[in-house]
Amino acid sequence: MGGLAHYLEEEGIPTTQIALIRKHAEEIKPPRTLAVPFELGRPLGAPNEPDFQRRVLRECLELLARESGPVLEDFPDDAPGAEPDPEGWACPVNFAAPVEDLSDEDLIRQALEQEIALLRPWYEESKQNRKGRTNFGISGMTPEEIAAYIAKVTVAREDSGSPIADKPPHLAFKHMADDMRYYYMEAAIARPDSRVSDLEIGNWLWGETTLGKVLVVIRDWAMETEHPGFKALAPTAMVPTHQRHRTIHG
Amino acid sequence: MVHVREMPEHLRDALINQELPEYGDTPWVTPKPLDECRVALISTAGLHRREDPPFTPGAGDYRIIPDTYDMGELTMSHVSTNFDRSGFYQDVNTSFPIDRLRELAEEGVIGSVAGRHFSFMGATPPTVMEPIARDLAKVLKADNVDAVALVPV
Repeated sequence: MGGLAHYLEEEGIPTTQIALIRKHAEEIKPPRTLAVPFELGRPLGAPNEPDFQRRVLRECLELLARESGPVLEDFPDDAPGAEPDPEGWACPVNFAAPVEDLSDEDLIRQALEQEIALLRPWYEESKQNRKGRTNFGISGMTPEEIAAYIAKVTVAREDSGSPIADKPPHLAFKHMADDMRYYYMEAAIARPDSRVSDLEIGNWLWGETTLGKVLVVIRDWAMETEHPGFKALAPTAMVPTHQRHRTIHG
Repeated sequence: MVHVREMPEHLRDALINQELPEYGDTPWVTPKPLDECRVALISTAGLHRREDPPFTPGAGDYRIIPDTYDMGELTMSHVSTNFDRSGFYQDVNTSFPIDRLRELAEEGVIGSVAGRHFSFMGATPPTVMEPIARDLAKVLKADNVDAVALVPV
């Protein structure tokens, strides 16, 4: 981010930016930075908080009126709604325990299909609550097609081939695994007043579902594979930081 | 909430203390008065139109987000698993504050909103990003953009 500011400003475009990691802005010294104390992924603080978001953006833009720099300012307030729901959060659906036998492709596929079927009404409701918005669809595959491929990769690993034309297996896997996580996560935030956090959704998805379980097993394998594509994705692009304690390699 | 300060210590340290590229002295261009500026948003959240190809790891390319696009169809395909997406699912403006930018234009805080916005996927090596970013500056000038707000994820 800070690098972009350097390049654009050098080419004559005035820039101002938000920074989620203050120390990086201290070191890179972009021309104008508003450091914010928010969660990664939420540079404007929180969803559905237009007044708060507007304040953040306005403070960031007003740095353009400074006479000299680099300018590094701190936004003073924490994001609203940062306190978790006192009643806690529970997934709207009760799943069977994750499948035990991870050597049987059919069994894994069926377990994933069952999770998808149970989540579908919540996914649809969630989508409707957001006026049809969904992030599902990156891979262009259906949930069932994705379930079949993830089951295959769990068992056949680098010999799984790619079900998407022009896409090598690791990229096909990445886009499909991401799609599947989006599907689960969107179902999990179906309640419009939901204050569920990324960590709560993660603990459920990675700790209580067959999807989470097989994605951990695939990551454990990918950390040690010789397949360059899967190997490159394994460290940071398969399991979120707050769930890596479930993996062999951390 | 997975705030940086709540990440497992070794992962937090690795993130915060990662080796950063050297960019040299801070450049500085004095913009027009803010209430005359035509402003574009540039995100590094890996956002794109639903019909565009998703981002791939290590690529320094960007996607164009026309201001007239239905932002409800905006999709995030950032490769990282390490930031919250639930906020974006609930409200695009959590990471791409397009409605807020329009409101600030209506209030007269900024002059106007640019016709096009842009999104990169962050975590791209600067050697890959530099030529692309320098070319993008020409595009921004052609769009009569006076200033940009860079928004990370």
